[in-house]
Amino acid sequence: MQLDAPPAELPPAAVPARPARSAPTERRTRAPTSARQDPAVVRWGLTLAAVAVLGVLVVVPVVHVFWEALADGPAVYWNNLVRDPATRHALALTLTVVPIAVGLNLVFGVAVAWAVARFRFPGRSLLVTLIDLPFSVSPVVAGLVFVLLFGPRQGIFGPWLYAHGIKVLFATPGIILVTCFVTLPFVARELIPVLEADGPEEELAALTLGASGWQMFWRVTLPNIKWGVLYGVLLCTARAAGEFGAVHVVSGRITGKTDTLPLRVEKLLQEYRTPAAFAVASVLTSLALVTLGAKAWLERAEASSLLTPDPSAPRGERSKERKDEAA
Amino acid sequence: MRPVSRRVLPGFSLTLGYSLFYLSLLVLLPLSACVLKATSLSPAEFWDAVSTPRALAAYRLTLGASLAAALLDAVLGFLVAWVLVRYEFPLRRLFDALVDLPFALPTAVAGLVYSSLYVPSGWLGRYLVPLGIETYHSPLAIVLVLTFTGFPFVVRTVQPVLEALEPELEEAAAILGASRWQTFTRVLLPPLVPAILTGFALSFARALGEYGSVIFVAGNLPEETEIAPMLIYARLEEYAYAEATALAVVLLGISFVLLAAINLLERWSKKYAA
Repeated sequence: MQLDAPPAELPPAAVPARPARSAPTERRTRAPTSARQDPAVVRWGLTLAAVAVLGVLVVVPVVHVFWEALADGPAVYWNNLVRDPATRHALALTLTVVPIAVGLNLVFGVAVAWAVARFRFPGRSLLVTLIDLPFSVSPVVAGLVFVLLFGPRQGIFGPWLYAHGIKVLFATPGIILVTCFVTLPFVARELIPVLEADGPEEELAALTLGASGWQMFWRVTLPNIKWGVLYGVLLCTARAAGEFGAVHVVSGRITGKTDTLPLRVEKLLQEYRTPAAFAVASVLTSLALVTLGAKAWLERAEASSLLTPDPSAPRGERSKERKDEAA
Repeated sequence: MRPVSRRVLPGFSLTLGYSLFYLSLLVLLPLSACVLKATSLSPAEFWDAVSTPRALAAYRLTLGASLAAALLDAVLGFLVAWVLVRYEFPLRRLFDALVDLPFALPTAVAGLVYSSLYVPSGWLGRYLVPLGIETYHSPLAIVLVLTFTGFPFVVRTVQPVLEALEPELEEAAAILGASRWQTFTRVLLPPLVPAILTGFALSFARALGEYGSVIFVAGNLPEETEIAPMLIYARLEEYAYAEATALAVVLLGISFVLLAAINLLERWSKKYAA
C-alpha cells in the first residue's frame, strides 16, 4: 500500500489516480457495513468461545509451567536449574547441537534455494519434494533410520566406525545428525518462495556491472532474502532445541552425557523430581515465547521495510511503479 | 519467474552439487537403509511383524486419535481464525501471536504440562475426572495433547483465505436478500473448504508421527494407550530392528499418501487464496 504523495514529476493528468490507489486501505479501516456485520450476540459469543479455546489450549499450559517451576520459591527454582550437573550438561549439549545443526541447514537452505529458484533442470520438482520429506517422517522413524546406519553391532556402517573408534550413535554426532534431519526443510522452505518472487533482474544487473559471483551474492542476493533467512533460522532453532523423539532414539539417554534439555525434562519426571522437570521446561517455554516474540517482530519489521520507499526496498518501489503504470 | 540460462548466473553446479550431496547423506541414504532393512524380511515375516494384535491396536489408536484430534483442530481452528480475522477485541494481536505456540513449544514440554494439568489433582483434571471423563493415561489424553500440537495448522491455512475474501460478495448476498446464515453457508464457507481441509490434513499428518508429547500422557499400556511410534521404540529397545523397521515402513507409507493428498489440496486452495 503506497500512501505517499505521487512523485512531483508526474503529469497533472495522473494525479486523480491517487484516490483509486488508496481505496483498498479505506475499505479496510471503514466500519463494516450492516451487510457484513454479524449480530452482537453472535460476535461476542464467538469471540468469547475463541478466547476460551486459546486460553485452555495455550495460556493455561504456559502459566502452569512457570507456576509449577516456581512452586517451591525462586531459590529452589534456581538450584534446580544451576546446581544439578546433569541439567547443566544437558544445557551445554543443547547449546552445542543447535548452532551446528542450524548452521549446516542454513548453508544447505541457501544453496538449494539458489539452485531451485534460479535454474531449470530435470528432476527439479522431485528435489523440492525431497526437501519436504523430513516433515512427513515421524521423529521416531527418523531416529530409527540412523540406528540402522550407525548401530554399533547391526548398523550398516556402525561396526566399521566402531572398530575405528568413531562413536556416532549414543554420542553427540548422532544427535547432531538427527537434529539436522528433522530441521532440514525450515530454511529452504522459507527461501525458495522469496527468491522466486524476487526474480533474477537485480543479480543480472550486478553481473553486468562487473560483480563477481560472490560479490553478487553478498551485496545483492543476501540483502534481498535477509528476512527469509532470519525467519527460517528462527523456526529452525526453535525446532532443533525442542526436538525430542529422534534424539530420544539415537542418544541412548545417558544422564550427564547424551541428554539434551527436552530429554532431561523426561528424565527428571521419571525420577519424581517434578519441580526440577518444570524448571527445565520453563527454560524451554521461555525460548518458545522469545521465538514467538521475535517472529512477530520480524513480520512487522519486514512489512515496514517493504513500505519505506527508499532504494534499499526495491520490491516496494517496483510495485509502486507498476501501480503508476496501471493508473 | 523466468528460467535463466545456466551460463549467465553463477553457482549452479556448486549449489546443486552441494544440495544433492547433503540431501543424499542426510535423507536418501538413511531412508534407503530403512527400505533395505525391511526387504531383508520375507513378505510373510514382514506381514507377521506388522499384523500382531499389539501392532494392529497401535495403528488403530494412532489413526483414531490423530483423526479425532485433527477434526477437533478443524472445528476449533476455524472458530479461532474466524474471530481473529473478522472481529476486533482487546489483546487480539497477542492472541494471534499465541496461536503459534504449539509449533514453538518443545513437544516434551507440551507432554509434561498436559500430563500434569489433566491428572485427577491437576488444574483441569479436578473438574473433568469427577465427571467420569478419563483425561489421563487414556486415549482421550492422547487426543487432547495431539489437538494441542496440531492446533496452529488450521488457523494458519484458513486465515489468509478468510482475509482475501471480497467484501462485495457478502454485500451482494445481503442485497439479494440472503440471511446472515445463508450468506455464511452459501457464500463464505465454500471458498474456505479447501483451506480447512488442507489444515485438517496437515494436523492429521503431524499427529500420526507425534511421539514426544504422547509418551508423557499415555501411560505405558500395550494395546490400550500405545501409539505406533511408541511401539517402534519398544521394538528398538528389544533390539528387534527388523520388526521395528517393518512397522516404520507402514507408518512412512501412510505419511507419504497423506503428503500427496496435502499437495493436491494445497494446489486446490491456492486457487482461492489468490
